[in-house]
Amino acid sequence: MQIHIPDNPQYRELGAYIQDVKHQKGPLIKVLHKAQSIFGYLPREVQYFVARELNITESSVYGVVTFYNFFSTKPKGENEINVCLGTACYVRGADKVLSMLEDELEISNGETTKDNIFSLNTARCFGACGLAPAVMINEEVYGHVDRKKIKKMLSEYRTKEE
Amino acid sequence: MGKLVTIKIDGKEIKAEEGSNLLQTARDAGFDIPGLCYYDKVSPSGACRLCLVKIDGMRGLTASCTVKVNEGMNITAFDEELEGHRKAIVELLISEHKLGCMTCEVDSGCGLEDLAYRYDVTVDNLPFPARSEHLPVEATSPVILYDPNKCILCERCVKACYEIQGKGILSFAERGIDTYVATDLGGLWVDSNCDGCGECIQACPVGALVEKPSIGKARKWEITKEETICPYCGVGCRIEVEKKGNEIIRINGADGPANDGRLCVKGRFGYEYQMNDSRLTTPLIKENGAFREASWDEALDLIADKFTGIKNKYGSGAFAGLASARCTNEDNYVFQKFMRAALGTNNVDHCARLCHASTVAGLARAFGSGAMTNSIKEFEHADCILVTGSNTTETHPVIATYIKNAVQKHGAKLIVVDPRRIDLVKYATLWLRQQNGTDVAWLNGMMNVIINEGLADEEFIRSRTEGYEDFAAVVKEYTPERVEEISGIPKEQIIEAARVYAQAENGSIVFSMGITQHITGTDNVLSVANLAMLTGNVGKLYSGVNPLRGQNNVQGACDLGGLPNVYPGYQKVVDPDVKAKFEAKWNAKLDDKVGLSVTEMMDGAGEGTVKALYIMGENPMVSDPNLNHVEASLKKLDFLVVQDIFMTETTQFADVVLPSFSSYEKSGTFTNTERRIQLLNPVLDPPAGTRDDWQILQDISNRMGYKMNFTSAEEIMEEVADVSPIYGGVHFKKLGVEGVQWPCKTDDENDRGVLYLHKDTFSRGLGHFSPVDFIPPAELPDKEYPYMLSTGRILFHYHTGTMTRKVSALNSFESGPYAEISPELAETLNISENDDIRITSRRGSIVTAARITDKVAPLSVFVPFHFAEAAANRLTNDALDPIAKIPELKVAACSVEKA
Repeated sequence: MQIHIPDNPQYRELGAYIQDVKHQKGPLIKVLHKAQSIFGYLPREVQYFVARELNITESSVYGVVTFYNFFSTKPKGENEINVCLGTACYVRGADKVLSMLEDELEISNGETTKDNIFSLNTARCFGACGLAPAVMINEEVYGHVDRKKIKKMLSEYRTKEE
Repeated sequence: MGKLVTIKIDGKEIKAEEGSNLLQTARDAGFDIPGLCYYDKVSPSGACRLCLVKIDGMRGLTASCTVKVNEGMNITAFDEELEGHRKAIVELLISEHKLGCMTCEVDSGCGLEDLAYRYDVTVDNLPFPARSEHLPVEATSPVILYDPNKCILCERCVKACYEIQGKGILSFAERGIDTYVATDLGGLWVDSNCDGCGECIQACPVGALVEKPSIGKARKWEITKEETICPYCGVGCRIEVEKKGNEIIRINGADGPANDGRLCVKGRFGYEYQMNDSRLTTPLIKENGAFREASWDEALDLIADKFTGIKNKYGSGAFAGLASARCTNEDNYVFQKFMRAALGTNNVDHCARLCHASTVAGLARAFGSGAMTNSIKEFEHADCILVTGSNTTETHPVIATYIKNAVQKHGAKLIVVDPRRIDLVKYATLWLRQQNGTDVAWLNGMMNVIINEGLADEEFIRSRTEGYEDFAAVVKEYTPERVEEISGIPKEQIIEAARVYAQAENGSIVFSMGITQHITGTDNVLSVANLAMLTGNVGKLYSGVNPLRGQNNVQGACDLGGLPNVYPGYQKVVDPDVKAKFEAKWNAKLDDKVGLSVTEMMDGAGEGTVKALYIMGENPMVSDPNLNHVEASLKKLDFLVVQDIFMTETTQFADVVLPSFSSYEKSGTFTNTERRIQLLNPVLDPPAGTRDDWQILQDISNRMGYKMNFTSAEEIMEEVADVSPIYGGVHFKKLGVEGVQWPCKTDDENDRGVLYLHKDTFSRGLGHFSPVDFIPPAELPDKEYPYMLSTGRILFHYHTGTMTRKVSALNSFESGPYAEISPELAETLNISENDDIRITSRRGSIVTAARITDKVAPLSVFVPFHFAEAAANRLTNDALDPIAKIPELKVAACSVEKA
């Protein structure tokens, strides 16, 4: 299937990077890291471009992209929410925290809000067990999270956007 | 064969080749070690862990499929611990496996089911709960169904797709319990690059991948299997036909010498035509413009009477016959014998005229023999492969897999020279895009560079060839700069290609219609031969000049004398000694003049000198150039007989139509493109009312008073061996699975013919360099017809589509005509994808759907020729190569407009 690749600065940057590293051994993961840092995620077109420029099969790119949790094929929101599902948080009701967030944001785990402000993911233990149940937004850790706190947190980030 | 070493398995001493696969060695020695991921055609992955063994000196348990045999290895293959582990693995697999065995296509032929039985594992006695959630089944491909719930993640399909077919469409996606087999970038199977070869299905040890057209047709135990040769292209793949009663259920690749079990989508899924309702089952006679059914006696008597009348009135020269590249060697032998001995004319030809006549003429002049110099499997081991004018992936799909293997597994350099961005370009080190019809120029350009840079093989030129000086004088004029002007290929690329090819240890040239279908076809072939000789790349294992022949038996139809200038075995009709030999053998007075070629026959019919035409299994009303002319000519004939399995565009003009056998029903032999004569098995009973082609011809001949008494195809081949030296050692009982490659001159069982030609000496003695100058095509784009038209084949259809267009699986990939145009042209003419466009040349006009793609050059149009309703050959030019009489099907000028 033919996929059209636009000629824009992002693709030019990635293309140049690929030319630099393509003769190294096993450059794929490096290139995917770079691609995600440029585009924020790895849509089909970017994967196709990577396969074409590295002269490898599309399937080998897709296999690696879907294997590693780090790589995302969906756009990420400007703010990434991570709910800790580690043991301590879990016994303190992290699953309920997750469903509250899903309610509030009207998305499921792994998705991004329509306004692109938040994406919601889960993680295992931030090392903040004392604050369980804990949630991270970007680099910031929030402890003892409940519905009230969630509303407050989310509105803070929404206000920032405006 | 490597060094033999001794190993011990469960106390038994075994001799094995050092470095061979331990699991395979153990199994060969009778140790039934289980294993599901091991597949001897791909690299081992050690994924399933069932073949675990203990090896002295190695820690823990080792998957034996990943171990190479070493001297002195002491192996435990079976003990209580190992068997316990194996049972536990089977339990884990069963716990994850959707147990739909009673409706599964592979029930009783399933690797996992066999192991469950062996280790007494059922879903009821699992020590842990079975998986209950099910993933959706992927059934969007026209031919392949993937059920991830039955998939055991052995990786065999993934490896088969990449390592065997060279495609790499499949991979594992996701991770852990969510892992499944995905295509390309994870979209739907139908949207992927998968072309449906089904290699993955053949590799699957369970029922996760199955053939969609076979679903629900038969249980495994109702099926019988027989092997024969594929009816399609010239590769000559061996197939295993699974049938229930007289119905084909599925076709698998069998281990034949040309294909090693590989197949393409046509070979595997293209069988449905055989049982099509429209098969002809009774002779038809045309009366008052309409066909009526007739008995065989009536039809054959009528033909014999008409022919006798025409012979008496107009003489033998009023007859012409088209032999068939689809029929067997034996059919073709009897056909040309009938034409020559019974009717008394050399006016016999067939559609090889339209494909490789120039190859036969050119290579005969350069080397003394007009066939592939090497064997198919040698491609995998060439260091450099130059492919030009062959869209190998679509026209010879299994040969393309060996070329891809050479690149991917062995690092071979692939040079593609083609005006279209064909699939092989993806695998190529270099792609040179020449203007259509400038082949002599770029070939001379490469040779100019090779000579100037001192890369020629001077020893080879001195000891093996003649004519070098005259040739070199011409080549001198073709500097890369001048060639760039003529061909449009940047000079740097010509220089680079020359260096890569000339410096390779083993260079192989692959070519096909893109080289041959020109008014300079013979010149092009001579230039290719010059290039090989200049670099010493011929007469060696892996190195040579390899024209790929198109149809299943086009090589054989030529070999057996389906040509106007030669008797079987390329013995010239104008040679009085040869003629005397055949007159004695055949007990008949023979014609001493070269007969008419295909295009000349049509001219003769049009002019009224040819009165009667006999066509066996050909469809010139789609395959020949300038169809409007062909149509007018056929209409002028006094009497036209067509022998076929279906009504075709040609039969409508016939006076009598005779029904014959399909390939699956035939005994006899086909000769594939690597000169290999292979035995067919009649795996199906022919429909009642049909007769085999040679029998029909023999019946007519006998009615006309020229007696033939063959009782079997084998008897015919005995006569062939007697009269044709290159087939002198060909006998059915000697052929077996491997066949033999001509020239095979002796009856010795060990004489299997010749793997590669021209070792030490050329067939003609010295190789002959020909000085060849560039001549432009007969018709080039101009103001009135501004675009370059070329035609060709596509993967999913075969020749004039009489067979493939009756196969629903193939029609689901491509069901009708289209024309490829470039995005640039589409924009200029304001054409969108699938818009109807009218393409017009000086000879005709067609309307078809536009397909916009950068496969074609900006001002070019490509039309597949399979589709009668928008027949490319209404447009093509019937200008001929003066030597080979091949028409210039690859270049014409056309105009394009929105319809």
